[in-house]
Amino acid sequence: MVTDTIEREIVIEAPAERVWALLTEAEHVGRWFGDVGAEIDLRPGGVFRLTWEEHGTAAGRVVAVEPHTRFAYRWNALGPKWGDEPEDGAATLVEFTLHPEGVATRLRVVESGFSALAVDDVARRTAFDGNTEGWGQELGHLAEYAGRVAA
Amino acid sequence: MSPVLADGPPTELLAALADPTRWQVLRLLGDAGEGTATTLAAELPVSRVAVTKHLAVLDRAGLVGARKVGREVRYRVRPDPLREAGRRLDDLAAAWDARLARLKALAEAAEGA
Repeated sequence: MVTDTIEREIVIEAPAERVWALLTEAEHVGRWFGDVGAEIDLRPGGVFRLTWEEHGTAAGRVVAVEPHTRFAYRWNALGPKWGDEPEDGAATLVEFTLHPEGVATRLRVVESGFSALAVDDVARRTAFDGNTEGWGQELGHLAEYAGRVAA
Repeated sequence: MSPVLADGPPTELLAALADPTRWQVLRLLGDAGEGTATTLAAELPVSRVAVTKHLAVLDRAGLVGARKVGREVRYRVRPDPLREAGRRLDDLAAAWDARLARLKALAEAAEGA
């Protein structure tokens, strides 16, 4: 079984407070995420915009703000409406969680909702399990598996 | 740099996969090489009619192909769309890895950097 989730994490040799600042302050986000700049109104419902020289601006909305612990936003980044307000059928949810590990911080990002992008009601009713394996890997396994006999 | 990917994963395909029964159907077809709604229903806790509906969803998403043999409709997995979807999701994951690595570099640089 697969999920509609991409999940990645990294351990950063810095305290959660510093990671939080880099994650949520526009001047920093504009450097590691966008390349021109960012605009972040750090409250639920607040604006989250990222700008790239080559690609223009992607717009999102902040969903959750729990200082030093959790930050989440929705955006339309994966489809043709990526510059528009996030909307059902076009938006994915990006959720960052910070876990202190001694003097370091484990930062996890989960992007979810791919299978809900502009799909029909039948598909919307489907449920996902909690598998944390990457989609790509799972699909690759299945493709390989299917390919053995379909070849 | 890994910008936002305007060309996202194939959503109809992902939606088709995001169902435990359809996932099972694909695995059974992968095992057997080929199957009909009847042979699949025999191995699943759902009716032949339900299997037929699931096969239709998989067919629309390009995940299975059908051929008629006499009165039977036999299905098999089409692996290429799966590979393509997997590749695109891996690209998205790689984009996140690149972003997180840049964030890490900034965070671990001297304070005030």
